[in-house]
Formats: sequence, structure tokens, C-alpha cells
Amino acid sequence: MPKPILSKNFGKKNAHSLGVYIQDGGYEAMKKALTEMKPEQIIQEVDKSGLKGRGGAGFPVGKKWSFIPKEATKPKYLVINADEGEPGTYKDRPIMECDPHAVVEGAIITCFAVGIHWAGIYVRGEYVKSIERLEGAINEAYAKGYLGKNILGMGFDLDMVVHRGAGAYICGEETGLLESFEGKKGQPRMKPPFPAIVGLFQGPTVINNVESIAAIPHIVKNGGEWFNGLGAPGIGGGVKLFPVSGHVKKPGVYELPMGTPLREIIYKHAGGIRGDKKLKAVIPGGASAPVLKPEEIDVPMEYANLAKIGSMMGSGAVIVMDEDTDLVKTLRVLMCFYAHESCGKCTPCREGTGWMAKIIKRIEKGEGESADLDTIVSIANGIRGRTLCPLGDAAIGPALSFVTKFRQEFEDYIKVGAG
Amino acid sequence: MAVAFSEKTRERFKAILAKYPEKGAALLPTMWLAQKEFSVITPEVEEYVAKLLGVPLVRVHEVLTFYTMYAAKPLGKYHLQLCTNISCTLLGAEDILEHLKDKLQIGAGETTPDKKFTLSTVECLGYCGTAPVLQVNDDFHENLTTKKVDELLTKLK
Repeated sequence: MPKPILSKNFGKKNAHSLGVYIQDGGYEAMKKALTEMKPEQIIQEVDKSGLKGRGGAGFPVGKKWSFIPKEATKPKYLVINADEGEPGTYKDRPIMECDPHAVVEGAIITCFAVGIHWAGIYVRGEYVKSIERLEGAINEAYAKGYLGKNILGMGFDLDMVVHRGAGAYICGEETGLLESFEGKKGQPRMKPPFPAIVGLFQGPTVINNVESIAAIPHIVKNGGEWFNGLGAPGIGGGVKLFPVSGHVKKPGVYELPMGTPLREIIYKHAGGIRGDKKLKAVIPGGASAPVLKPEEIDVPMEYANLAKIGSMMGSGAVIVMDEDTDLVKTLRVLMCFYAHESCGKCTPCREGTGWMAKIIKRIEKGEGESADLDTIVSIANGIRGRTLCPLGDAAIGPALSFVTKFRQEFEDYIKVGAG
Repeated sequence: MAVAFSEKTRERFKAILAKYPEKGAALLPTMWLAQKEFSVITPEVEEYVAKLLGVPLVRVHEVLTFYTMYAAKPLGKYHLQLCTNISCTLLGAEDILEHLKDKLQIGAGETTPDKKFTLSTVECLGYCGTAPVLQVNDDFHENLTTKKVDELLTKLK
């Protein structure tokens, strides 16, 4: 097992303090970037690293940065998305709690590479400890001269702010997040224009996930090719944090090569199914990723491979369900979640998520009708591609996959009534 | 009596304002300050915040009602927020909910008559690896069992 990178400070005492971070080689990457590298070189290294956005969309990070216009009339911004809310996902929280300086250092390097002088990190309101740790790290970095004016005497200025959310899943969507950052309700914006052109305060904006930003110092320090090589052979793209939850013996956040087979994550790293029961279903990438059956878990955990089998990598959050799991109830939980979190802006999502939730609740109560499953499929197809943001599509991922892959279980509920 | 921040909170408010390129962006953090200071965001507090930031009152009201963490109604001394999303439900959150309802004799969304406890169900809190999880004010109680809930409630009495 190679030495952990992103999770090296998880559970380590005082790793969040500047002193311990520096002792362990912290801020060396920042020094290298600011004093030895040109901004274009940094972007090239990130390109070479194969790092794809760790929030869920999986867009190449270097490419995202290169979309920012060099000459802009408005100030440019970096926004770090720490609104971790995808059910099953708990990988960014330990980074912020145990390794907040990695986020600050990553932000400094990113801003230097893209020519940004104001960075904000949007943290979900419940993550009180993450917020404290980040604010502490930012204050330490200011005191040390790593943030503020004329960093390392290189004529580069950067301010950094922690912005606390207030409870809304939709703010994890990048344009909803921007609205929320600007002090509004977090309803997504129409795209285009994309945030790279018109983002925060109307300026060109880079939006990256916490895990993406925390990987940047390692990439700069050791090179893009090195990071890319940490991925599985033939797949690359570095290492990734996989948060595992549900019916496994050892739930936890596992740092593994991109492309690690899902079976290995469940049975080797997470210790297999509790009570040595049989696996019934697994969601591979957070609640929005279509569910997989046991015969599908040899898939490498990587964007293209998961897309090929009709699911998605998302946040990499693996949710494991054993043979005793009631999938009707599980889908009801998910559908109620999307109905609750739909922001209400687009009709297909607002009405469709609520409608699907209502039907599933009815089925669970034993009051389902024979046409219900086809109605769910038809509602889902009515939402697909007809909303401004991905929340609508996210809701139909589990809806369609549960009722098609496990149709018999839903039909039994309808025929016989509640379990 | 008109609603107003204390001297200390005003200082914190000014420090927040100084961090943002646009005044209106300070609305969420100002609402957090207001909630800390006044416990409840009443219509008077909404008006006060709108005036402080020079934003329309309706925008403050939108923010208050869009997000789940701002309190428009008084909460109990301890706000018990139980995650009932997928990972927590897989590991028994619904049993914990029934147990809490039973113990406190209130439903989700309600407050005990002595104003000590408010019980809420919430969406994923990001503690899926140590599910089920209950947030009590700013603290998180993980790997919950009904026994742990009993111990916790006794401690909070």
C-alpha cells in the first residue's frame, strides 16, 4: 500500500496547526510555485496530473483553470466548494478538520496560477469544526505572510475568506453556491454564461472541490506525472478519497488509486458485509449515482468506467446495502430527500421529485398501484435534461435504477402490500 | 424596544463586511450573527438586518426561509437534529427517531413544553461512516444506539 497523501493527516494530533504542517514539508509547494514556476507551468503540471474535479462532475481541473480569461475587466475569483452534502459523502470534512493548511496552500497555488487575488471557501453550515479549523489556518497563514499583501516578497496578493452556508443541498451545485455566496437564496443560474466567464460578483471564477484543491500542493511538489501515475495502471488520474458507508464491517474514508475495483473497496478495504451477509445493492458515487447490482461490482472506480455501465463516479461515496435491505424504503428516503432539496426554480424538478416521492411513499404503505412503476419511469424521463442544474437528473439516477434493476421487489410490494 | 446588535457584535459585523467585495454578500454571515445574538430571526430582526446591509427586506426573508438552519421560530435549549438520509437509515435511524419521539413525547419539528428540546429530522450531515448521527446544537453524536440516546438525554437534562 503506497503512503497516503490526501489522508496522511487524518487522525494525526495537531496536524491542523501551522507548525506541524510546516515540519512535515507544508508550504514547500507554495514556495516552489511562487518562486520557481511560471503560472503556465503550474497549469501544465495540473493538466499532466490527470486530476479531475473531485466534487462529482469530474471535469479536468487544469482545463477548468485554463478557461479563465487572462485579461479580464472584472476581478477573478477562486471559490472552493466545501458544501459537502451528497448523501454518503464525508471525505472533505476530515481534510478541513485535520489538514486545513493543505486547503489554504492549494488555494494560494491555484490563485497564483490563474491570477486571482480573492479566494472564498463555502463550507456547509453544519461543519462547525471545519469552519473553525479553516479560519484558524487562514489566520495563521496571514500572520506568517502566506496570505495578504506581497506574499513571499513576490508581489502577489491574496485574501481568503470562509463563508458559512446555512443548510441547502442545492448550494453544492456551483451556480447555486455562487448565489448563496452573494447573499441570496441558492437557486442555480442559467448556463451559459459559465462561471469561468461570469461567476462570483460577475467576475471570472474558478470553482473547485476541497479534495481537488488539497491535491494541488502534492502535484506541484512532486510533479503532474507522479500524481497521474498513482492511479491504477492504464487509468491514471492519481489517488482519490472513497468514503464508504452502510452495511460494511469497516466504514471509513479510504485513499486509493483511481480505478480501484469497487469489489476491492467493499471486500478488502471496508472489510466486507456486516455479519457476512450477502450484498444486495451498492451505490458507487453518492446518492445520485445509479445503483449497481452485485454482479456489477468488478467495475474500476473511475469516471469513464462507471459511466460505461450506466452509473457515475460522483463524489466516490460508496453506500453498501446487504441482502436484508428494504429497497422500497431506501428509495423512499432518497426521493423524499430530492423533493425536499429541489430549489423550486425549474418545474420538472420541483413537481417531478415531489410526485415520485409521493408514489414511493404510497407503494411503501402498501397502497401502490400496478401503473406506479411505469409512472415513475415516465416522470423521470420528463425531468431528464429539462432543468437548469443537475439536481433533477440526480434524482432520476436512483429512481430509474432502483425500479428497473430491482423491479420485482417493487412489484411485490404493490401486489402484496407493505412487507 | 428596537432590535440592535450589541457593541461587540457590531465590531464582528464590521469585520465581516470588510472581508467581502460587495456588501450584500455579507447577508448569510450577518444572519448567523443575528441568530447568535437574538436566538430567533423575528420580523424585526429581518428589518434590522436589511437596513444594516442596505438590501431589500424581501431578500432577507427569502434567505431566512430558503435555508434550513436559520430559526424563524424559537428552538428548545437543545436542538436535536437526527439525520434520516440513506446511510443513517440503513443503520437504524428510524428506530432512533421513534425512540426520541417516545422519550420526549413530541414529534419531529416540535419542541417540548419545557422548551428544553426541539426534535428535527435533517438530511445528510456528512457523518455517514459513523451512522446513525445526531447533531445536538453544534455537537455530533455518532454511532448512535437507543442506549446512547438515553445516556445523552440524561446528560442534557
